[in-house]
Amino acid sequence: MIAEVGHFALIVSLVLALAQGTLPLYGAARGDVGLMRLASHSAIGQFLFVALAFGCLTWAHVVSDFSVLNVALNSHSAKPLLYKISGVWGNHEGSILLWVLILSLFGAAVVVFGRRLPATLKARVLSVQALVAVGFLLFLLLTSNPFLRLDPPPLDGRGLNPLLQDPGLAFHPPFLYLGYVGFSIAFSFAIAALIEGKVDPAWGRWVRPWTLAAWCFLTVGIALGSWWAYYELGWGGFWFWDPVENASFMPWLAGTALLHSAIVVEKRDALKAWTILLAIITFSLSLLGTFLVRSGVLTSVHAFANDPSRGVFILFFLALVVGGSLLLYAVRAPALRQGGKFTPISREGGLVINNFLLVTALATVLLGTLYPLFLDALTGAKISVGRPYFNATFVPIMTPLLLIMGVGPFLAWKRADLGAAMQRLKVAAVVSAGALLGVLLLVEKGLAFSLVGVVIGVWLIAASLSQLWERSFARGGGMAAAGRRLRGLPSAFIGMVIAHAGMGVVVLGITGATSWNTEWLGMMAPGDEAQISGYSLRFDGVSPVVGPNYTASRGTFVVSRGGRTLYSLMPESRQYPVTAMPTTEAAIHSNPGGDLYAVIGDPDEEGRWGVRLYYKPLVGWMWGGALLMFVGGALAIADRRRRNPALAGRPSARPLAGRAPSEA
Amino acid sequence: MTPKRQRLLLVAGGVILLTGAVFLVMAAFRDNIVFFYSPSEAMARTIDPGQRLRLGGLVEEGSVSKSAGASVEFRITDLSQTVTVRYHGLLPDLFREGQGVIAEGAFDGAGTFVATEVLAKHDEKYMPPEVAEALKKSGRWNEAGGRGGPQGTTP
Repeated sequence: MIAEVGHFALIVSLVLALAQGTLPLYGAARGDVGLMRLASHSAIGQFLFVALAFGCLTWAHVVSDFSVLNVALNSHSAKPLLYKISGVWGNHEGSILLWVLILSLFGAAVVVFGRRLPATLKARVLSVQALVAVGFLLFLLLTSNPFLRLDPPPLDGRGLNPLLQDPGLAFHPPFLYLGYVGFSIAFSFAIAALIEGKVDPAWGRWVRPWTLAAWCFLTVGIALGSWWAYYELGWGGFWFWDPVENASFMPWLAGTALLHSAIVVEKRDALKAWTILLAIITFSLSLLGTFLVRSGVLTSVHAFANDPSRGVFILFFLALVVGGSLLLYAVRAPALRQGGKFTPISREGGLVINNFLLVTALATVLLGTLYPLFLDALTGAKISVGRPYFNATFVPIMTPLLLIMGVGPFLAWKRADLGAAMQRLKVAAVVSAGALLGVLLLVEKGLAFSLVGVVIGVWLIAASLSQLWERSFARGGGMAAAGRRLRGLPSAFIGMVIAHAGMGVVVLGITGATSWNTEWLGMMAPGDEAQISGYSLRFDGVSPVVGPNYTASRGTFVVSRGGRTLYSLMPESRQYPVTAMPTTEAAIHSNPGGDLYAVIGDPDEEGRWGVRLYYKPLVGWMWGGALLMFVGGALAIADRRRRNPALAGRPSARPLAGRAPSEA
Repeated sequence: MTPKRQRLLLVAGGVILLTGAVFLVMAAFRDNIVFFYSPSEAMARTIDPGQRLRLGGLVEEGSVSKSAGASVEFRITDLSQTVTVRYHGLLPDLFREGQGVIAEGAFDGAGTFVATEVLAKHDEKYMPPEVAEALKKSGRWNEAGGRGGPQGTTP
């Protein structure tokens, strides 16, 4: 019964979305207020019905209703409750339902937070949002219905892939989707603006918080995914340039460019057509990511043969959305009037370079991801494009971007004095030079990469802190006055400083974990000791462990340093009987300085166990930095001027926009 | 600066950047693409020792021998040709005799494939599609039991 309610709720929301996708558009064109208002009501209704459907599927998973095919295939009665719930989106149908849920959630959020939006713009935004929802609801109902019944029901389910039974992965997809799908709002605003034929600073002010929110979620989602790969897959790696990872990384790159170019629209009324195009590209890449991951095209182009309808449906939908919006763009964008002028050396100029470099980096990632697919489809040759390709293309493009990132915020709008900006960065430059010297003196391995990485990381952090200094202490008046100024800074500014510094922290983490990584590999019998990076690990043997739905062999390593016993590491090798699948549970001890990481493999005939140990300096900084970026983005959204648009127009409340460093 | 000159500058900057990026990409593609071969294809071609490639097939039953220091030797087969593979490291969780596997590495002078990475995919239902295809090509797909096939849902 519950499953049928869910199915019915999906059909109702499809009908609502169809109405919402057409009538308000017509109403906005005709100036019919009643039809335009319909969009708000139906957006809320659509969200409620999709939420109901999602609740029904969750219920079926929680009570293990194996008469529902989706539950029978992906769940098992012995699974812990958390994984019964996360199992809802641990499969194809459920994850698409989550996609739609978040899509309609964002639509409803536009209604709730967009009370001051102009009526026609709001109606059009919600209509476009609904049209996207129509596509995905049809996809669900026609090819991926999660509510199909199974008669007779099996006694128990087939279980969830044990790799997915992990808290990190329980929350990874929702965050990733909040990011992916969050960009749909920027897309809807872009299409609505093209239909209206008008892009102005107010438009930029509306779009930016949504873009920031999506970007924040996507940042966390990607970080969670890489953290999961790090501790769950047992290889000690955190990023593999795997096509599935690239699929989530490309919208992030485009979204980062978008959120910076939207600043120029908001503050200077320039780069309008470009920003619209970026919004379209960003969401298209989100769709492409969904397509790549969900159609099975990545495991093989021939996976279409297994379920051709799904892949073809998404490909068709992707072509429709991308083709349609680019066509609309081609027709309407030339009509957008060119806005504020600026010279190449200016805040705008810096943001244009940021956009150039981000989009170029994006293009190389896109090419590296899709080229094997094209080559296979055209010639049948099978190739893999892996880390060496991305290191050789992505890194050289990002390096200048990250260096310029330290300078950009010091440039004034319209026309800036590069010399004066560099003057303000003197301290940051000296600190970075010190870091360079330190690396030359102390670091032995991976010198080239660590030089670049450390200098960039330190430079970004120092340059960001210099901005805070510039706005507080540098203006004199002692500690008290500086503190007062710091508290008075707009939170969007503080957010930018934190996010930029967070990027520096990420770079340092990546550098440490890749350049200075130490690995130890060997067979160990109980009582043996292994040495790695100054730590000594004594292997105390393996004992059997029984978990809720698995059995495991748990090894014990006693870690000591300089003769002092510190802690023990207990990696496991687990066996899940339901899916007959082994997994490796790494044991990790984290310090700010680095992680000690232990994995056990199989025993040999003489009772010795395969052991792999890593010491990864600074690896935790990567996720810490991602968290800082999230916090920075959240602070920027929370900016007082944004919550109260009346303030934004007042010159006194626009230090970000107006004040040139020369006034400082 | 006139809008026209400004636009010209933007376009010029973009073109320079794109040219640089294209150059980088071409160089990276030339040096870093790794081809996938089945044992039969690898035998039929002349592959220089040291050239990186991916080798995929089934782990031959009874061929796995572990030696001291976490080194392991096994044979990859597409049921018509086999290649001996040497690997120093822990094998992935899903590595099993008779199952699909992909090894990345290069041949040494003596015709042994020295792997730097051994991949067995996440899902036990799932055989790497390249392996499935290699088996179909060698005409031995059914003998391998037509096992799996790429139908498993990936995470």
